[in-house]
Amino acid sequence: MSINRKYVPIVVTTSLFLLMFIAGSFRYNGFFSPQVLLNLLIDNAFLLIVAVGMSFVIISGGIDLSVGAVIALTTMISASLVQQLNWSPIIVIPLVLLIGALLGCGMGAIIHYFKIQPFIVTLAGMFLARGLCYVISIQTITIDNPFYTAMAQTKIRLPGGSFISISVIIALVVVAAAIYIAHYTSFGRNVYAIGGSEQSALLMGLPVAKTKILVYTLSGLCSALAGVVFTFYMLSGYGLHAVGMELDTIAAVVIGGTLLTGGVGYIVGTFFGVMIQGIIQTIISFEGTLSSWWTKIVIGLLLCLFILLQKVLSARQAIFKS
Amino acid sequence: MRQLYKHHLFWPVAILFSLLLFNFIYSPDFFSIVVRDGKLYGSLIDILNFGAPLMLVSIGMTLVIATKGIDLSVGSIVAIAGALSCLIISRGNDQNTLSLVLSAMGMALLLSLFLGLWNGLLVAKAGIQPIIATLILMVAGRGIAQLITSGQIITVNSPKYAFIGTGALAALPVSVFVVALMLAIALLLTRKSAMGLFIEAVGCNPEASRLSGIRSVMVLMLVYVFCGLCAGIAGLLVSSNVSSADGNNAGLWYELDAILAVVIGGTSLNGGRFYLIGTIIGALIIQTLTTTIYMIGIPPEITLVVKACVVLIVCLIQSETFRKTLVHRWNTRHYTAEREATSHVNQ
Repeated sequence: MSINRKYVPIVVTTSLFLLMFIAGSFRYNGFFSPQVLLNLLIDNAFLLIVAVGMSFVIISGGIDLSVGAVIALTTMISASLVQQLNWSPIIVIPLVLLIGALLGCGMGAIIHYFKIQPFIVTLAGMFLARGLCYVISIQTITIDNPFYTAMAQTKIRLPGGSFISISVIIALVVVAAAIYIAHYTSFGRNVYAIGGSEQSALLMGLPVAKTKILVYTLSGLCSALAGVVFTFYMLSGYGLHAVGMELDTIAAVVIGGTLLTGGVGYIVGTFFGVMIQGIIQTIISFEGTLSSWWTKIVIGLLLCLFILLQKVLSARQAIFKS
Repeated sequence: MRQLYKHHLFWPVAILFSLLLFNFIYSPDFFSIVVRDGKLYGSLIDILNFGAPLMLVSIGMTLVIATKGIDLSVGSIVAIAGALSCLIISRGNDQNTLSLVLSAMGMALLLSLFLGLWNGLLVAKAGIQPIIATLILMVAGRGIAQLITSGQIITVNSPKYAFIGTGALAALPVSVFVVALMLAIALLLTRKSAMGLFIEAVGCNPEASRLSGIRSVMVLMLVYVFCGLCAGIAGLLVSSNVSSADGNNAGLWYELDAILAVVIGGTSLNGGRFYLIGTIIGALIIQTLTTTIYMIGIPPEITLVVKACVVLIVCLIQSETFRKTLVHRWNTRHYTAEREATSHVNQ
């Protein structure tokens, strides 16, 4: 049986996820249940949404370090507007989405027009967004607005006694939309083309400027949406929410088989990358004796492993071509 | 005059002086330095003392950035080094014996050398992009630091260990001498030997420098090892200053501050050129800014917004396209549409 070379990373990721789930099921009582799987989605819905945005950025050959800070800013703005100024969530949610998209759009424009590395521009964006959180308030703002609590507590029953939250549905819709955008629209093709070679894309007459700026806008929008979902999850706004989320996100995308050099990657891979991170946390919490810092170490090791795997695969591809 | 204006240190020094001038006008006490128990006290001394770890990390980071790389793991190395030395000291029978303190520091520095070597191997041998290669240690490193401290804050009671972070030599903080020593080593290595040239060559084009006989891989490894060492020493200073190690928060955001210091100092992120003195001034600017913001009474967290603006402005000034656009605008005052048309012709 031979699989297409370009699907190798995805197959590795998916089988690793299945392997971990099977290993967990044998080792722990109560691990093998649909609810454990669904909890992975419930607890990582926001990570999934950010990772989808990040996948587009990385496929286009860039990187976005501002996502965690944008999530924090979103929780902060929502909390202060809803809680302190009594705005209706119907106005607040579109507003925060717009702010996230505008931030992303601004960063994309600076990256493209002034040819500054995405890394440093989004770093500045991260400082800015975190700083703005503190301008709003240094303390945590708890939300007890009925709409937000309803969103947080509503459980959607599934056949078989298990349940999911509304956030999961949002996340799954985002993933489905992203798969459609990436593979069935011209924007998606342009993103892959720019990631492969920006120069060639320009010479082919593709709208490089528009696509690059849109990619960062999309990432900003996804971060803001993730921030909204995170607000449902935490029911509070705080400037230190989602610290280090950018690294988790990049790790999820890389573990999902997206090449950091751009041009190669699948949204489905990212989905399983997020699930692997979730299952590591679940296993560690089931183990009980293992402490939370092992999550970071294991994720670091997996990241290392997958990057080396990418290196080997692309080296073999180069030999194959020549 | 024009030469002075063109000098690469002009802008960093000008920013530093204007910050100091602002402080002088705002609170004349700022410059007062008092001698107490043979130690100097005052805001300026505080800036030097608290800025020391940042200056150390930035020295290492400058060399890494000069090779067109970046080291995101410095913050984690700071935490790991502090955690390990505090752990060893806290396990000792008598926490104040010199040999114990020295061996603890030695072990911590050895570990940070090893971590630097790990980064170097990934970047130079495995050929992974520096951002990603060091990202691995940045993620895993925090975990390792928490593993060493078992998630607790380890406190030590050892005046000998506290000496390097809080003590004084000839009335000046010890940390200042540590920074001066590392700076001297870096300057000697890069400006009085061919090493500096090699680093710049590798930063411009690793392949070309390899073909011209420079062992690029060696140079890259050495740079990352040196950066690891600098971060390790900074970790010792940080943990010794507060006599405790916190795996979670020690050295948090150091990588970003260090990159900022390097960029303010005039070193380009595109590699191939570096200014160690500029970096030191950059680090001093950041520390002065932090102190100033504390003094004025603005919530210190807002420093982040100011930093964001500084990074953006400095990067925009460094960006050639931006400068060209500005100069072009200034010279011709075209309408936007017209400029768009002419810029295609120019290209």
